[in-house]
Amino acid sequence: MKYVDEYRDPHLAERLVAKLAETVTRPWTVMEVCGGQTHTLVRSGIDQMIPDKLRLVHGPGCPVCVTPLEMIDRALEIAARPEVTFCSFGDMLRVPGTARDLLGVRAAGGDVRVVYSPLDAVALAQKDTDREVVFFAVGFETTAPATALAIREARRLGLGNFSMLVAHVLVLPAMGMIVAAPGNRVQGFLAAGHVCAVMGYEEYYDFAAKHRVPIVVTGFEPVDLLHGLLMLATRLEAGRCDVDNQYARSVARAGNRHAQQAIAEVYEACDRPWRGLGVLPMSGLRLRPSYHDMDAERRFPSTSPSSVEPPECRSGEVLTGLLRPDQCEAFGTRCTPEHPLGAPMVSSEGACAAYWKYGRSPGQRASATNMRSG
Amino acid sequence: MCLGVPGRIVERCTLGEAALAAGLVEFDGLRRRVCLELVPDAAVGDFVLVHAGIAISLIDAGEAERLLQHLRALHEIDIPEETTP
Repeated sequence: MKYVDEYRDPHLAERLVAKLAETVTRPWTVMEVCGGQTHTLVRSGIDQMIPDKLRLVHGPGCPVCVTPLEMIDRALEIAARPEVTFCSFGDMLRVPGTARDLLGVRAAGGDVRVVYSPLDAVALAQKDTDREVVFFAVGFETTAPATALAIREARRLGLGNFSMLVAHVLVLPAMGMIVAAPGNRVQGFLAAGHVCAVMGYEEYYDFAAKHRVPIVVTGFEPVDLLHGLLMLATRLEAGRCDVDNQYARSVARAGNRHAQQAIAEVYEACDRPWRGLGVLPMSGLRLRPSYHDMDAERRFPSTSPSSVEPPECRSGEVLTGLLRPDQCEAFGTRCTPEHPLGAPMVSSEGACAAYWKYGRSPGQRASATNMRSG
Repeated sequence: MCLGVPGRIVERCTLGEAALAAGLVEFDGLRRRVCLELVPDAAVGDFVLVHAGIAISLIDAGEAERLLQHLRALHEIDIPEETTP
């Protein structure tokens, strides 16, 4: 596939690994922000090919993982209502709430559907006019334009039976929280390429200068990630806290202004609780007052009891890079994809899921590295 | 969730009854209707990055080629060619 296969070329990857070994002379700790990047790094074995001095910590860029339990419970409550058809990205279905997950709601007779696009949920509302169609709007800035278009479209079509449960989050406040936290070890970031495809990276310049960290906007294929790491290591070694763009084929400095306009028209920034990170100021998006009639939280008042996190789940430490998944005592024993304690074990972008899927049990070194696997 | 897949626009089409700009986009042989509302400059033959059924970015072929040339140059400079005996 064009724009994918070239960036899985093992020969280019080998050279980049060799270049990294030449470049890195001192110990550095860097964070890849996006969970999609975490999965590529672990799947292709990059985490085990790069110099030991270059330490990777996995970031909070898994929207499913950072959605707080209260919001999951809210989704479960709405999904269980007899009049509701609840639409979600597939990733959310196995995320445990306090008592069950969305699959459990479906097993109990709830109408829970997986959709590929929020526009599919709008089409469903148009077709099934006697059903209340609710879309679970989870995701970072990458996804917010799609949900903004969906709600705009539902408004244009005059659909009274469409609403959204909005749990969007913003990536930069989380990066700020991590780098400013006591005990922070992160000295540089691989920024999430697809968030930047939408938002650009203009605002990273102030961030890099303020926190004294270099940032490289990076893509998602193995060669992209190795190249991003090389660019970051070069900056760290030279003491340069600037911003660069490895992923220029998809990311312009100003991002996509049409997507930004769609977000700004529908959403406004708000304080938002994150799983394991607490409430981060202005780190989420909520519907603007002119769209409150399509806000599922207002349409379906809550009656659920309070949410209770499993005390053994240390996802907050995993999401902030303080704990590697395989360092958690429950990993692979009391927490598995079949019986997860928390979202990072079941999300396709969760760091715990990556470690489980690609064989990073404690003490185990992955041997099969395959750049070409998708 | 932030997965984005590059695909080539094969033709323009409509998305349901919607007035949204859309196109048939080919991904490795598979064709799907994709909303092109956010990439108004995209034309048939262009590659777009698709996320959740919506194109979020127009792929810059020139930038892609520049990067590969840069990386391949790295390759050529650093690996001495094998000498024939």
